[in-house]
Amino acid sequence: MAKPKLKEHHIEREWCKGCGICIEFCPKNVLELDEKDKAVAVRLEDCIACRMCELRCPDLAIEVIVQE
Amino acid sequence: MSDNVKFVQGNEACVEGALYAGLNFFAGYPITPSTEVAEALSSRLPQKGGKFIQMEDEIASICAIIGASLTGHKVMTATSGPGFSLMQEGLGYAIMAEIPCVIVNVQRGGPSTGNPTHVSQGDINQARWGTHGDHAVIALTASNHQDVFAITVDAFNLAETYRTPVVLLFDEVLGHMREKLTIPDPGQIPLVERLWTSVKEGVDYHPYLPREDGRLPMSDFGGVHRYNVTGLFHDMWGFPSADPGVVHGLLRHLVDKIYNNENAIARYKEYYMEDARTIFISYGSSARSALHVVEYLRPRGVPIGLLELQTLWPFPSRIVREKCADAQAVVVVEMNMGQILNEVKTAVDRPDSVYLANRIDGTLITPTDIRNILRVIQGKGV
Amino acid sequence: MAVRDYLRERFFPHMWCPGCGHGTILGALLRAVESLGLKKSEMVMVSGIGCSSRISGYVDFHTLHTLHGRALAFATGVKLSRPEVKLMVPMGDGDALAIGGNHFIHAARRNIDMTAIVMNNRIYGMTGGQYSPLTGYGALATTAPYRNIDHGFDVVTLASAAGATFVARTTAYHVQQAKDILQKAIAHKGFSVVEILSQCPTYFGRKNRMGSAVDMLRWFKENTTKIGSKAKAENPDLIERGIFVEKQLPEYCSEYDKVLERAQSGGS
Repeated sequence: MAKPKLKEHHIEREWCKGCGICIEFCPKNVLELDEKDKAVAVRLEDCIACRMCELRCPDLAIEVIVQE
Repeated sequence: MSDNVKFVQGNEACVEGALYAGLNFFAGYPITPSTEVAEALSSRLPQKGGKFIQMEDEIASICAIIGASLTGHKVMTATSGPGFSLMQEGLGYAIMAEIPCVIVNVQRGGPSTGNPTHVSQGDINQARWGTHGDHAVIALTASNHQDVFAITVDAFNLAETYRTPVVLLFDEVLGHMREKLTIPDPGQIPLVERLWTSVKEGVDYHPYLPREDGRLPMSDFGGVHRYNVTGLFHDMWGFPSADPGVVHGLLRHLVDKIYNNENAIARYKEYYMEDARTIFISYGSSARSALHVVEYLRPRGVPIGLLELQTLWPFPSRIVREKCADAQAVVVVEMNMGQILNEVKTAVDRPDSVYLANRIDGTLITPTDIRNILRVIQGKGV
Repeated sequence: MAVRDYLRERFFPHMWCPGCGHGTILGALLRAVESLGLKKSEMVMVSGIGCSSRISGYVDFHTLHTLHGRALAFATGVKLSRPEVKLMVPMGDGDALAIGGNHFIHAARRNIDMTAIVMNNRIYGMTGGQYSPLTGYGALATTAPYRNIDHGFDVVTLASAAGATFVARTTAYHVQQAKDILQKAIAHKGFSVVEILSQCPTYFGRKNRMGSAVDMLRWFKENTTKIGSKAKAENPDLIERGIFVEKQLPEYCSEYDKVLERAQSGGS
């Protein structure tokens, strides 16, 4: 199976409560909290699209979109 | 003898009425003196494709029938005293979520385990106020098996009409006594069926939006419309809301839909009432003894009559006031310490002319008991 | 269908606290439903009362939000009267095992086809952090200021003994496993129980100095292991994750069909 290629992180800012789970458990350290305590993907180029942030996000706020 | 004529217990008459009304789901837990209802239905329901389940307790029983009612079935549970206490939270849920169901309470002596194999009418107020919070409830009773049958059918009809639980308050004497029952032909007693919504699949359906006539059409849970049901105050979609306007509106609706129809829900029977100066007000098995006294005294020239109540809640205040307007004395005959007495006193113009004839020892009040009390009331001694 | 298509998005952001594991469980559950290709209209969710029970408001299924502890009793009525629906009953640990404990064991005993999900955060969250039947000996709670002397249930052994035909445990950290287990549980015909350890950073975590939601998830990672692992042999205190029971026994609604048949043929 080909490695999925990342297109974007869709983060629903209104839903994000800034718990930091996605940031802490990202194996590639892609995400950070911004000044408003909302998750943002700041190092997109490092993302391996493992979706662990999406699966663990308690706010259902993250969607990792890969290229078809 | 025709197949339609049976010699049965009151509990069986109730079963026959429920089946006639279209019952097809029953959940219950054994308890004296109502157990025969469950026993009979465990045999009868599956014969017609209905479902019977014996749950782990009375709480689970009422919850299960509420769940089954939602999916589109006519449902019932039956219990007695302590079991009825356990059902109060489920009763409140059915009131709040407006789910039609019938709850039979074959009353026995209380409080607590009390007097399980003996008669009482001690749960009248529990039926009214047993579940917490402001609310309205419909409670019905009857005094003979033909009426037990008919009032059970009526209970299902009212439950469907008002989307509400209806309590049937029978008692141990009624439940266990045997007498003749003639089962009416199908169609002889009209049935109210579930009012289904005409909203089509894929169109927004509002489970809690009353029609102009006040009725709320239902959609079978698990069917074509997805909606929410909750015991919280809720909006017209069934979603929780603490908005003061929503809370106020829903509570008013829940109470008004019953109380605005007090007369339509009132069922009662009159015996020798036209010129009666002394009026018995009674219900359930005690009404049998009261009627016996009336029929004994009438040929002896005593202007006495009986108003037999079949609807206990909402209490038919206007009817009681009207019927008792010309009475010199109103004697409430019941087997408790005056639970309906207080309602009658509140209803009539002259509460000091309302008396209680009761018996609370687990024994059916007899005509002799009533006559003795009547003599005391009349200042004649016993 | 994407996970979001199963949500009632108008109620988001949800009401759970930041870092609460319940949302993660909701996500895993929806992914399981999606993988099974189930339609929204064939799903019924029945819940009780508590933080966990609010889950039913967020899914665009047929949803029945009932009384504290009674969800399984309502669900039994729904399922027996309409056996074709897929039924899931998410519950909190207090909801499922204290006030609802009796309904829990009896639903398991009947092997009625539904999936009971115990969202175990070891605390009553909605009321502010009182000890629950899964808080465990020695823990602190607002009603156990001198430490809890009640022992917790083991949900897996309890459910197995009561007769559940599918019993599993996982955590809100092990999200892939949670989804896989839920998928199997929903597909299983019979009474399935899935215990999912969920973090309550607001009450259980704070009271017991377990740190943030992240720290609590790390605790799940470090203190649990796969069933029968070598690690378990070396450290018996580890909590096992995986499927403990998976067997086929006659299911209640199917058995009831036999009752109907016997009643209608005049037999017994």
